[in-house]
Amino acid sequence: MNDALYARRKKVNALMFALTAVCAAVASGTLLAILGYIAWQGASSLSWAFLTNMPKPLGEHGGGIANSIVGSAKVVGLAGLMGIPVGVLAGVYLAEYGRGKYAFAVRYAADVMNGVPSIVVGLFAYALIVHPMKKFSALSGSVALAFIMVPIVLRNTEEFLRLVPGTIREAALALGVPRWKVTLFVILPTAGRGILTGALLALARVAGETAPLIFTAFGNRFADNGWLNPIATLPHTIFTYAISPYEDWHNQAWAAALILMLFVLLINVTARVWLRPSSGAPH
Amino acid sequence: MDMMRPMPLPEMKEGPATNDASAAVAISVRDLRAGYGAAPVLKGVNLEIREKTVTAIIGPSGCGKSTLIRCLNRMHEAIPGATCDGEILLGGRNALEIDPVLLRREVGMVFQRPNPFPTMTIAQNVAAGLVLNGVRDRAAIAETVEKSLRRAALWDEVKDKLDAPGVGLSGGQQQRLCIARALAVEPRVLLLDEPCSALDPIATGRIEELLIQIKDQLTVVIVTHNMQQAARVSEYTVFMLMGEMVEYGLTRKMFTQPADKRTEDYITGRFG
Repeated sequence: MNDALYARRKKVNALMFALTAVCAAVASGTLLAILGYIAWQGASSLSWAFLTNMPKPLGEHGGGIANSIVGSAKVVGLAGLMGIPVGVLAGVYLAEYGRGKYAFAVRYAADVMNGVPSIVVGLFAYALIVHPMKKFSALSGSVALAFIMVPIVLRNTEEFLRLVPGTIREAALALGVPRWKVTLFVILPTAGRGILTGALLALARVAGETAPLIFTAFGNRFADNGWLNPIATLPHTIFTYAISPYEDWHNQAWAAALILMLFVLLINVTARVWLRPSSGAPH
Repeated sequence: MDMMRPMPLPEMKEGPATNDASAAVAISVRDLRAGYGAAPVLKGVNLEIREKTVTAIIGPSGCGKSTLIRCLNRMHEAIPGATCDGEILLGGRNALEIDPVLLRREVGMVFQRPNPFPTMTIAQNVAAGLVLNGVRDRAAIAETVEKSLRRAALWDEVKDKLDAPGVGLSGGQQQRLCIARALAVEPRVLLLDEPCSALDPIATGRIEELLIQIKDQLTVVIVTHNMQQAARVSEYTVFMLMGEMVEYGLTRKMFTQPADKRTEDYITGRFG
């Protein structure tokens, strides 16, 4: 009787263990499957010429995505320049000074912003910049991406600043150092690694955003012409090529997707390695 | 102005506990009341700390000893909801009325747990107070770093690795590094809040020795849970109980003939 119960328990245990292991495999396998499939589909069209050439006119075979790569770098770079400082400083405010209702409202707004669909953010940037200027532009795309970055960077900065022990803050204050210098030269560097990592991950996240760029950066088959004109970006080019009826463009979309994936993966790995404590530090 | 009259000095017949019986007053605390929100911690403390001596503050947990010294450099008010009222005279000025940032350059502090800045090297930790307050002269900084590390009895152990991270040192070395960091800004008073509570006896002994050495140059106030430590390092002892100062006098007298029954009970281990 007891033996039967024991055997049953062992069986249930083994079953549940197998179930969790399978689910874990599905979770991590998805990444491998996506990576593998894109690499398989995209590798055939991938070449140095594909990376360095401009798109060919419609109907002509070949051509590359140089303008999209440059465009993505520009749009994401400018978004970072706008979004990271705002996010970091707002995070400093919340962690170091923020108390009371205002701080609560800021924190809550940031969390809600994190959940706003990115296409809505794109619409907002359209209303804010494209409509008044009567023009699609690289700038409006950057603004849309920056709006997405701010809450991510803000919450991440706040979390890492909160990890800095209060005793470090006290030590600096007790030396007769003004509060703003304590924050800027002692607390921020102490949390610096984590804050930078968060900023990089936010960049990687927006580098792949497509929806906010559809009616802001808009796309362009030619080399970009400054910040105030439409510009091609990798995710948007993938979208355009993928929904086109041309076989050649489908292949190029796969190759461009592979490039984008590798780029995002590179940022992610860089950030993770960065976060690891340096070997020389505490014993 | 009879408020300015110094409190009667303890009798000096007991022996050469200090070199100078008429030592000037470094800090004069009058009717100091402090607390957190509505909860009072200090209920009117009066105290005169003598210049260039080591004064120990002892008492059971929660008696207000840490709050008292945290009022002296106004770190107390860094805690949200903290209140502080009364007078702390330091060089003729009321410390509670001057800019806390300037006050803290004159009244340094060492905390319970060693807290070197994690991103800085040993030398940078010591120089932090100078560099963060705008000193740029590299030669002067290097000189101050060496002098402060020597005063903190750490120089010989770290002189070959000044560019190693401060957090790589042992606990006792880290605490002496924190003392060197506090000394580098040349304070007139050094406050220590249970500086040895996280250290082993050997590291504790080193810190006690250096405290006895540096008291020729500045006033030292140390909060301690350890009565042997108070007896070893201090010339004057303050005994506190439930937010009030019970007894204040020469350490050797207090530990041999306490005037108050409660002091006697505490130092003989009957409570606390």
